[in-house]
Amino acid sequence: MSEHPVTLVVNNRRYDLEVGGRPGDLQPTHTLSYTLRETLGLTGTKIGCDKGECGACTVLLEGEPVLSCLILTVECHGKKITTIEGLEDPQTGKLDPIQQSFIDSGAFQCGFCTPGMIMSVKALFAGNPSPTGQEIREALSGHYCRCMSHYHVLEAVAGSVPKAGGTDE
Amino acid sequence: MNKENRFIGKKVPRKDAADLVRGKAQFIDDLKIPGMLHAKILRSPHAHARIKKIDTTRAKELPGVEAVLTYEDTPVWRAGLPSHIGVLSNTVRYVGDAAALVAAVSDVVAREALELIEVEYEILPAVYDVLEALEEDAPQLYEQFPGNRFPLACPWMGPESLQGIFMGDVAKGFAESDIIAEGSCSYENLPNPLPLEPPGVIACWEGPEDLTVWASAQSPYFLKITLHYAMGRINVRSIASHCGGSFGTKVLLWQLAFYAAALAQATRQPVKMYYTKTEHFAAYTLRLGSRFRGKVGIKKDGRVMAVEGDWLINTGYCSDAAQGMVAVGCGELQLMVRCLNWEIKPQLVCTNRNASKMVRGYGGQELEAAFIPVLNMALEKGNIDPLDFFRENFVKPGDGYYWRDGNWWVSRGIDYGKAMDRGAEVFGWKEKWKGWLRPTAVDGSLRIGVGIGVHGNADVGEDVSEAYVRLEPDSTVVIHSCLSEHGTGQRSSLCKMVAEVLKLPIERISVAPPDSLVNPYEFGPVGSRGTYAIGSAVIRAAEDARRRLLERSATVLNVSADDLDTEDGMIFIKGKGGGKSGKKIRWKDGLGFDRTCLGHGYFEPDFSISNFLMVFVEVGVDTKTGKIDLRRVVAATDVGKIIDSQSLKNQLHGCLGSAGLDSAIFEESVFDPKLGRFLNPNMLDYKWRTFMELPQFDTVILETPMDTHSFQSVGVGEIVNAPTPPAVLMAVSNAIGVRLADYPLTPDKILRALGKA
Repeated sequence: MSEHPVTLVVNNRRYDLEVGGRPGDLQPTHTLSYTLRETLGLTGTKIGCDKGECGACTVLLEGEPVLSCLILTVECHGKKITTIEGLEDPQTGKLDPIQQSFIDSGAFQCGFCTPGMIMSVKALFAGNPSPTGQEIREALSGHYCRCMSHYHVLEAVAGSVPKAGGTDE
Repeated sequence: MNKENRFIGKKVPRKDAADLVRGKAQFIDDLKIPGMLHAKILRSPHAHARIKKIDTTRAKELPGVEAVLTYEDTPVWRAGLPSHIGVLSNTVRYVGDAAALVAAVSDVVAREALELIEVEYEILPAVYDVLEALEEDAPQLYEQFPGNRFPLACPWMGPESLQGIFMGDVAKGFAESDIIAEGSCSYENLPNPLPLEPPGVIACWEGPEDLTVWASAQSPYFLKITLHYAMGRINVRSIASHCGGSFGTKVLLWQLAFYAAALAQATRQPVKMYYTKTEHFAAYTLRLGSRFRGKVGIKKDGRVMAVEGDWLINTGYCSDAAQGMVAVGCGELQLMVRCLNWEIKPQLVCTNRNASKMVRGYGGQELEAAFIPVLNMALEKGNIDPLDFFRENFVKPGDGYYWRDGNWWVSRGIDYGKAMDRGAEVFGWKEKWKGWLRPTAVDGSLRIGVGIGVHGNADVGEDVSEAYVRLEPDSTVVIHSCLSEHGTGQRSSLCKMVAEVLKLPIERISVAPPDSLVNPYEFGPVGSRGTYAIGSAVIRAAEDARRRLLERSATVLNVSADDLDTEDGMIFIKGKGGGKSGKKIRWKDGLGFDRTCLGHGYFEPDFSISNFLMVFVEVGVDTKTGKIDLRRVVAATDVGKIIDSQSLKNQLHGCLGSAGLDSAIFEESVFDPKLGRFLNPNMLDYKWRTFMELPQFDTVILETPMDTHSFQSVGVGEIVNAPTPPAVLMAVSNAIGVRLADYPLTPDKILRALGKA
């Protein structure tokens, strides 16, 4: 072990990463999105712009939605991270209701923005189980989708609201 | 096929749906080839310059750098239309043009190496404006294209490809006109289609003349063909990853493939070329710049007597498809405007900026965005309702037009009047249209206006498709079509079609990976051709496979194949005495457990059917701030038969993305002619529509059977953007009572038009 190992808990699995300059080591310049994709092989987190402008790389850090391209991995030491791969039931493979609702509503075209959007919705529901339409749109407002699947995404999110009854507008 | 369908038109999840929502779909950046190196490009800071000296010594010495290439040591491959672009050149022609290539063990090392390359440039005069580029003493981009003019021929569309619209007698037409309008309009804000995923190619040489490429390709087989011809007739295997949005821009990936393949050849390792977002913005694909200047003559009743004008097209520093876009644009204008007398003269011009290439809307959007405002002046003079005008003038069965191949085609499509009427009804056009330059309503500083646009193309049957359908003895089916998934859900729609033909649960049907090694020729999903052209090839392959299956089973059952049918993987005798209750055998019993059965299907080009879309828009303009609020959109179409409702609606909603409607409101690549470069190549300064600003969006989809294939359907993906920019211009002009023809209508332009700035 190096002197300053970085420990991440990603999708309930613990990773101890060595900081150093050898291939495979965690370097201080590595962003969380880089580490997730290139070191841990969790390529479900997509990188659209790598500059915090498109929302594609959204993951949950301690339950909060963050842009993983703007966070250094070394900053995440000891933190819990959830990526798109962590949403389904690890035993049964059953999808999260949000994932299922995206399928039912056909809420994607090319699908490159889909994982990031689903993570933002997951975070929204965790803090607010019956969001209004306005709150849903705000939660998604940082996500770029050039195919324009927005209308079906809104339908999917409305269809997976954990506690119905939130007032729309 | 009139009886009830099991899958066509029914809600069935896309085959790749679970992969997409679980993050399992493999996009190009998710692929790792053992030994793969990473490529980076040193890009020119000058708009036009000659490389006097380039020193790569220090870059080559950096640990982890495996190759640094300049124009002196890159292979002689050439692309462009006509062929004019190599891998690298000693002349750079726009800010961002490639000067050197690096391959290294990581992205970071490759980037570092770029900083160690020293280039001495001799700066040359540059030209950006299309008219200035045509002046006699203008800087010249290419010796072989004097006057900065590209020839208009597009050989792959045929020896007589369309190079303008010339027919009848325009002088006579104008003489017979009651109203003549003359003017000009530019659609030159160069919106960027900007799919979320940047373009990427991984290249790997399997032998001196055998190249494999993995690409974020919209048309993997077409990429194979392009590279084969551009790289000296080598053998290319082209494999598509999931494509993270394309909108036409990832059809022609030859340039990335050149870079990756040159570096892969030099290093003898696989090399990945994946653009950053900045490169995607500033060194990839823009829309064409389009300027129309001309006149239109009409009768009082809206009949068009003559159209005449110059169409100036600015394609930036190179062309690889612009000639095709000119041809298709000229065809599409004829579909929209019935007229016997035409003289539309295009000129295709190169300038010192990043290139305009293939984009959804493909020429028609660019021509119509510049032409319609001039046409509108005539309609305004004649006080003609644009709905009535388009209803009368959009191509009808029996009408003729010159299409991209230069041939005269007679429409055997349907009358789209019904879809227009239904769209107008849903939108409330009659109530909202108050006349030209009149707002629908005024509420304090808010003024509301409406506009419409229409578009169609006869490319739904363009180009060649081939497909195999393979029946397995266990009653499963593999479709071999070299079709990548770029967002339309077409791979899944093909499964629906085959499931219907073979009467088999859709779960038993899959599509082979989009790999040119295992699939026959496929031009790709462009021009809305997926449903008709690709669909026809696949349906025919399924029918052929079915026929072979029944023929083989007939010998087993000792009956005629004509008496047999198959459903749910069982084969049985049709009708009385047989039927589902009679004797049945499994596919395995008919084929043999160790046999498969292959059907082959073709599609040959057919330009006699067009698709159609009419878009109605309502805007609110705040006359205090100049801000435009898009309030409502109604998209009306007739697709013959809906294959998949969700995918279809997704396509129609697409008019708000991919350099479509918002190119009339806020999307633009802001070019500074003093600096010779774009000022906003990032996703903060380049504006895009968010979830917070979605208009009410309604779709009207009619199903009038078309004479295409067994499911009587056509696609619409290509055409959703094109009607929208002029529709917005019309709506805003009506809202504020001032005729506008300046894309995009940013608040400063609105305030200026109102005399407030």
